[in-house]
Amino acid sequence: MGWAIALHGGAGDIPVNIPAERREPREAALRRILQIGVSALTAKCSPLDVVELVVRELENCPHFNAGKGSVLTMNGTVEMEACIMDGNSKKCGAVSGVTTVVNPISLARQIMEKTPHIYLAFDGAEAFAREQGLETVDKSHFITPENIERLKQAKEANRVQQDYTQPIKPEDPNELDGDSKLGTVGCVAVDGLGNLAAATSTGGLVNKMAGRIGDTPIIGAGTYANKFCAVSATGRGEAIIRETVAREVAAVMEYKGLGLKEAAAYIVDEVTPKGTTGLVAVSPTGEVAMPFNTTGMFRACATEDGFMEVAIWKDK
Amino acid sequence: MVGWAIAVHGGAGVDPNLPTDRQEQAKQLLTRCLNLGISALRSSASAIDVVRELETDPIFNSGRGSALTENGTVEMEASIMDGCGRRCGAVSGLTTVKNPVSLARLVMDKSPHSYLAFSGAEDFAKQMGVEREENDYFITEDNLGMLKQAKEANSIVFDYRIPTTGYESCGVGVESPIRMNGLPISVYAPETVGCVVVDSQGRCAAATSTGGLMNKRSGRIGDSPLIGAGTYACDVCGVSCTGEGEAIIRGTLAREVAAVMEYKGLGLQEAVDFVVKERLDEGKAGLIAVSKTGEVGYGFNCVGMFRGCATEDGFMEVGIWE
Repeated sequence: MGWAIALHGGAGDIPVNIPAERREPREAALRRILQIGVSALTAKCSPLDVVELVVRELENCPHFNAGKGSVLTMNGTVEMEACIMDGNSKKCGAVSGVTTVVNPISLARQIMEKTPHIYLAFDGAEAFAREQGLETVDKSHFITPENIERLKQAKEANRVQQDYTQPIKPEDPNELDGDSKLGTVGCVAVDGLGNLAAATSTGGLVNKMAGRIGDTPIIGAGTYANKFCAVSATGRGEAIIRETVAREVAAVMEYKGLGLKEAAAYIVDEVTPKGTTGLVAVSPTGEVAMPFNTTGMFRACATEDGFMEVAIWKDK
Repeated sequence: MVGWAIAVHGGAGVDPNLPTDRQEQAKQLLTRCLNLGISALRSSASAIDVVRELETDPIFNSGRGSALTENGTVEMEASIMDGCGRRCGAVSGLTTVKNPVSLARLVMDKSPHSYLAFSGAEDFAKQMGVEREENDYFITEDNLGMLKQAKEANSIVFDYRIPTTGYESCGVGVESPIRMNGLPISVYAPETVGCVVVDSQGRCAAATSTGGLMNKRSGRIGDSPLIGAGTYACDVCGVSCTGEGEAIIRGTLAREVAAVMEYKGLGLQEAVDFVVKERLDEGKAGLIAVSKTGEVGYGFNCVGMFRGCATEDGFMEVGIWE
């Protein structure tokens, strides 16, 4: 037993030859933000506070597809979603269609704690954010030049229209960008007492239709925590919804008696289609799993016994 | 080949003092919906097409009569899932779309996504040319009355200075300790509808549609459009839930029925009973389900659920209470 934390900055077809100027800032951010999470855990903050704190940092970092740096809808706008869940109580909060709130994950937490509801979206969510005095900014705050470029490329390739089961064509010049299919940020944490929490946040899918909701805010799909584990998933939203990925990890642990790593690997390798899914998960005894069936997943984890890892591709 | 089966529901959490004529009316509507589904099944329609058939029924698939938001408007949501391949479609925040389940099906069949909401969903509806009405088409006198009562009940319920003897004199109806979604049962109006179907090839499908919660905050999304919560279908079964949305979401109820069948080898009714008993915590809800072997089942832990079920061997039942 001991605390553990794992976070991700999105799974996708991140090519091994990604230019250093795209790779290094993200690795550095993962390292820095992991440390923030570790400090909070060692200071005995609750896992719920820790995952919110970490995801806020990831949202504020413009290099990931959440908060600032979110990918753009087909209209060139940002529509963010987020979700948080507490393993003990199974209380949760979710939000979609956020356009001005600086930290959607904090809005999700307010919904969980201050309303009898779980999920608020669009204008209703924005109105609630204002009532709660959450920080809001002009919509343009979230838009980065990288994402304007990404949207342009996606429109040219009409990428979002593709059936996700199509194989990735490596000779496609548009794929050189590499991180075009990036999705989501998330964090899972457990303290020394076995309390679990999960949080996920995203801008969604590049070139998505306005109003499109992905897996992130759907309890059991992109985010889930109960007494068995805490999970945050990333990848192709439609696949993660269909497979109820996050809940599934917990279900095979509970009903089939699989351990965390086995359960997480099973879901990613056997259940979800190749190229669609990655996840981070922790168990009450401080185990960590970070499997993915995409080319890469920006990720980091640390456990109380001193283990620490920041990585993008599979270990050789 | 298996025998087909179908179940429909009209919401869970029924006032035990509901007048008999209203009970009869509800049973007739459920019977009519069942018969519509049964004809389709008898002509060998696939499960997902049977659900489509039910969509044409104005009672089953109409937003008219939906619960109202705190602003007195209607925001409808729905989802549909085809157990064959587990494709799904969902919508939330609809304000002008006459048939929410139909739009959810179009999201599944005609869009690259699984779930569209609010103005994006409305834009899609326009593109698809579905039937639309002004928002006030969906608002009924009855529901405006219920909204008023819900607002009064909420202010009474949450004002602990008012002794319970003040309850009757405030016009909220017969004193009843039974509550659903925070409202006294006499004020609560279940209006979620759902159906589950298994055809003679053993393919399952499920759909759920609702206006949500009376007096809900604008923008509140419940369990009905959430795959795995209010609706789920896979190779093994099809499930549609109704009741306290937040409890259903936390319990990922619809997926849970399938999960215990798949992982624990429970039969359909066993799975339904297990999930209702063990996965709702303090929540109140009900669900209907069919299995690939032609079984039909239902369960609820609250006072009543409007439901009907039928199987190919001639079994047919419409009910409200235990």
